[in-house]
Amino acid sequence: MKHTISVLVNNRPGVLARTAGLFSRRGFNIESLAVSATNDPDISRMTIVVDGQDQVLEQISKQLYKLMDVIKVLDHQDEPVVTRELALVKVRADANSRAEIMQTVSIFRANIVDISETTFTVEVTGGADKIDALIKLLSKHGIKEMMRTGRIVLSRGPRTA
Amino acid sequence: MQMTGAEALLEALRREGVEVIFGYPGGALLPVYDVLYDTKDIRHILMRHEQGAAHAADGYARASGKVGVCMATSGPGGTNLVTGIATAYMDSIPIVAITGQVPTFAVGKDAFQEADITGITMPITKHNYLITDANELPRIIKEAFHIARTGRPGPVLIDLPRDVQQETIEFKYPEKVRLRGYRPITTGHARMIERAAAMIDEAERPVIYGGGGVTASDAQAELVALAEKADIPVTMTLMGKGGFPDDHELSLGMPGMHGTAYANYALHEADLIIALGTRFDDRVTGKLDTFARRAKVIHVDVDPAEIGKNVKPALPIVGDVKQVVGELAKRVKENKHPEWRKRIEEWKSQYPLTWKGEGLKPQYVIQEIWRATEGRAVIVTEVGQNQMWAAQFYPCRETRQFLTSGGLGTMGYGFPAAIGAQVARPDRSVWDIAGDGSIQMNIQELASAVAAKLPVKIAILNNGYLGMVRQWQTLFFHDRISHTDIAEATPDFVKLAEAYGAVGIRVTEKSEVPAAIARAMEITDRPCMIDFHVARDENVMPMVPAGGTVDDMLVD
Ligand SMILES: Cc1ncc(C[n+]2csc(CCOP(=O)(O)OP(=O)(O)O)c2C)c(N)n1
Ligand SMILES: [Mg+2]
Repeated sequence: MKHTISVLVNNRPGVLARTAGLFSRRGFNIESLAVSATNDPDISRMTIVVDGQDQVLEQISKQLYKLMDVIKVLDHQDEPVVTRELALVKVRADANSRAEIMQTVSIFRANIVDISETTFTVEVTGGADKIDALIKLLSKHGIKEMMRTGRIVLSRGPRTA
Repeated sequence: MQMTGAEALLEALRREGVEVIFGYPGGALLPVYDVLYDTKDIRHILMRHEQGAAHAADGYARASGKVGVCMATSGPGGTNLVTGIATAYMDSIPIVAITGQVPTFAVGKDAFQEADITGITMPITKHNYLITDANELPRIIKEAFHIARTGRPGPVLIDLPRDVQQETIEFKYPEKVRLRGYRPITTGHARMIERAAAMIDEAERPVIYGGGGVTASDAQAELVALAEKADIPVTMTLMGKGGFPDDHELSLGMPGMHGTAYANYALHEADLIIALGTRFDDRVTGKLDTFARRAKVIHVDVDPAEIGKNVKPALPIVGDVKQVVGELAKRVKENKHPEWRKRIEEWKSQYPLTWKGEGLKPQYVIQEIWRATEGRAVIVTEVGQNQMWAAQFYPCRETRQFLTSGGLGTMGYGFPAAIGAQVARPDRSVWDIAGDGSIQMNIQELASAVAAKLPVKIAILNNGYLGMVRQWQTLFFHDRISHTDIAEATPDFVKLAEAYGAVGIRVTEKSEVPAAIARAMEITDRPCMIDFHVARDENVMPMVPAGGTVDDMLVD
């Protein structure tokens, strides 16, 4: 079962290595990882997607707390959240396919952010399902290159971590 | 006050109450060693290998309950510490390791003797630091000692670039530590303790299973009070040995692979296990699904991550063992379990911990050391059969009396750790119970012990084998003795001891044992090594094979 967790950490060099190292050393698999600074310059926030039973999650969370630089761990399992991922997709676009691609992109409320003689670069944000669906549709035109970020998550409502 | 980073380091160590540093110099530590030249109030013991320095700091910490300090230069100095740091990490021993590092401007450039020691030790330290600004040094030292000794103790490493040692700073030692991400829970939840007491009151066949956490939290008095009041038999792991007196009538000795048969049977039949500061290690539990399957488990540990890691307890209590057990002792009812005690006594008489045969047996040697030292020596062990026999045949009454590498099982631990223990306990006879294999892993420390005039005793149970591995080959690999017979090229340990300026004694007959031990006990100004030529083919019994259950237990 997939869990999305937020980890608030001290914004210091080496903290990413400590956190990622803990996952690999204890045999936990990271499916996706996103890190950024927060409104508090001393704190960074990681969103980590992991696969595992509830008991494994409990171990992960407890082991994370043992790192000096980890301030808070939040499993978003049972709460409403806003999640987003971002993808950039460079897709082959010739005279025959341009119209169709543009239509698809607009239905998905994605954007074309770069154009060349032979390609479009599409930017899409949303949940993983939406991005998967768009990629599937674009792939029949021939994807030349793409990159997806890890998932990022915030709790809905006034609640903060 | 203005001072250099190197001076600030020593001043900070002084503020932390450090009495001794086990170290080894090198280029990246020259500024610190220059300050040490004038330092009189902190003793520096020069080891002959950095691994020895780390183990000595560890032995000092285990014997004293204080934080041990070791120091090594950059690159190979730091990497030589690694085994010692990992040993301390696995057994939750508070040490602070200080390493020199290449100057900050050279870090990351593969400079001479550069190794990324903070990267290397990340998985084997509780925390580590690379200091890049000397102004941060006082705060970091303060934090390091705090982290090492509080909560679940453990090693902390501080990497100190050479230019940082030479920077001048205004020294101000912080009064308090502020660590946002570190708040160990030491007080057990009152309602959980209440429930635990009720479970204990109701149990018919309770067993206390205590580990290193009993030692770390110094909980012997509380544990004895609880066990006596509620009439509960107690088994202490290798790491917990001495945390409950081995000669107490409620003592079951050690559980697990080479534990007593009666401890294992008691765990197997118990209806309640009170696990204190212990982590259900595979050497104790054997096959997890069948371990103590009749029992409900109360698990008390200061580290929440240990609770539920291997065994899911019916009742978890996060907290300091001393505090929680103290509360439990107050709240449980006075009780008696005559039937349960009788059953255990039957096991004890049916499967006593003993050995067979005459001759110069390793078990006999340990028993004689026990007799000669009146059971009051600090016993340090190497790893292998020697370690298990020491645990079985040297009953301990006190916490911090039995020091051994339990989690990592590090051959070569014993002797340097005994040096650290002797520094911590000059009043006690300190014995390293060694194997002929293990002792050769840090034999160079004879020089350190001679130079520091430390009367550590080394009892080599010389069986000409890497005996514990030989035992497994005998029992589980059709007696195919593959690369474990080391008799042929074993050095003359007596000459070796003498070459270092220590005393060497050889014992080949059983009748010579008491006199040899007595002679060793008289030496007070240098180490003494006794080479006991013990029966070669002895096996450690009983034995629950790895991953097995009590039903698989071999008794001889
Ligand atoms: C550093 C290290 N290397 C290898 C081992 C594996 N090992 C465990 S016990 C043992 C044999 C120890 O031989 P010795 O010191 O003579 O002790 P004995 O078992 O004979 O008493 C070995 C090789 C270990 N524990 N530590
Ligand atoms: Mg041997």
